Amino acid sequence: MNKWLETVEPLVYESRIKVPYTWSVGEVGSRFLIELRDHKKIYGTRCPKCNIVYLPPRKTCSQCFFNLDEWVEVGPQGTLITYTLVHYESSMMPMKSPFAYGIILLDKANTGLVHLLDEVKSEEIKTGMRVEPVFKDERTGDIMDIRYFRPVR
Amino acid sequence: MERTAIIGIGMTKQERRKESETFSDMVFEAVTKALNDAEMTIKDIDNIVTGCNDFWDGRTISSMAVGDASGAWDKNISCVEGDGTFVALYGLTRILSGSYRATLITAHSKGSESISSLITNAMFDPIYTRPLGLDAITSSALQAKCYMDKYGITEEQCAMVSVKNHRNAKNNPYSQLPMDLSVKDVLNSRRLADPIKLLDASPITDGACAIILADEGMAKRFSKHPVWIRGVGFCADAYHLGDRDLAECKSLEKAAKTAYRMAGIENPFKEIDVAEIYDAFSYQELMWSEGLGFCEKGEGGKLVESGKTEMGGSMPINPSGGCLSAHAVIAAGLIRIAEAVLQVRGGAGKRQIPDVKTGLAHGINGPCGQSHCVWILGE
Repeated sequence: MNKWLETVEPLVYESRIKVPYTWSVGEVGSRFLIELRDHKKIYGTRCPKCNIVYLPPRKTCSQCFFNLDEWVEVGPQGTLITYTLVHYESSMMPMKSPFAYGIILLDKANTGLVHLLDEVKSEEIKTGMRVEPVFKDERTGDIMDIRYFRPVR
Repeated sequence: MERTAIIGIGMTKQERRKESETFSDMVFEAVTKALNDAEMTIKDIDNIVTGCNDFWDGRTISSMAVGDASGAWDKNISCVEGDGTFVALYGLTRILSGSYRATLITAHSKGSESISSLITNAMFDPIYTRPLGLDAITSSALQAKCYMDKYGITEEQCAMVSVKNHRNAKNNPYSQLPMDLSVKDVLNSRRLADPIKLLDASPITDGACAIILADEGMAKRFSKHPVWIRGVGFCADAYHLGDRDLAECKSLEKAAKTAYRMAGIENPFKEIDVAEIYDAFSYQELMWSEGLGFCEKGEGGKLVESGKTEMGGSMPINPSGGCLSAHAVIAAGLIRIAEAVLQVRGGAGKRQIPDVKTGLAHGINGPCGQSHCVWILGE
């Protein structure tokens, strides 16, 4: 069979996998995203046993398996833990390259949030720099209600 | 642990685009080779575990789509959605349960058929992370920066891994990118996401692998050269990247300790003769070398500089060329196991390390090495 295939152009079938989808964000996600949308506030959940404030908020402490229901307002400012400057394009990326991602440890939170960095020259981005969120004017209750983080000036 | 052996291995050539073959064609080729290698027929196999990922395959329940190619008709078939080392782990537990005697393990993917950035973006949380467009390259870049900053690892040291592994691939007829490169070539290659450049990253690859696991009785009956499983360890870290200290690989340290304890290994650097580890990016070989205890924390860069991880060194890493030279996702970890089997048997051809008694194979699953699986194989 393989020899025959060498005499013709192998066919490919071109299509796509695309399925509209609706994810429930749950009680914790709803509270987090409603605070973002309605008050431009960022909330995490705190484990009283481990004293860890989780961002994004969780319902369960990953360390001790405790059910979390204590809410803590975090940030809005924070510290940049790590970053990368991106030089290629992909259709899921919300910005044209070059642009930067960072992991930000918001004040009072104990876990980092991955997000975009902007309003900063690439050579000025430094680990440890202080950053703050810039919110969208018209917010819809999703993580992109934070447009990006920028240096605190 | 009851004695279990790997008695057959088979793999396809790993290529950028296997346009003439479906993914089940590739699996059939690997399975046929593994059966021939074990001098078995499909009738001697009593159960099958496939490694498939529905997103990479572009269809759900992709495991069933390779059933025929795996000879699964009328047999017990199950699936692991993850790297081949974890697929083999499930197969091993099935034999250890006493319910099965000979398990066929397969793993495959065709990276060429989709858009890698979109597929790997889909591994992230759809609410909090996916809308950012993060993918395997950009998330690994965040980890690389974290790790390199903390321990003073240089881009040159990472580039040395790429140079070494692409050169090793020249000895491996199954690899995709055998190349003579200089450190400068790697440093000057196209920037993807700092500090990762094109030649620090593994390629898009099509490929499949199959291995056959057997209990002691079956192994002795069929195989002249069984390779015994002396230890296995696995461990998972948190899913959200921000929950983890990305400069560390605690789950690998734990997985390695478990595998070493089981195998009775006290000094891995001395007692392991060759290692096939999951270098999806050049920095990962350095980081995982530390996690595996081949050197102290933060000394991964010095380890590659020392030349000890070269073909002729005292701890050769990735004589196959590693994932940097061919990276069929899902299959890649199983290929690491198959390569370690060849090394222990003394059948690795031009890439053979002399006198291998103990080999290590390592795989990862999830973003930035969220979980790790470590295998110790021996004569």
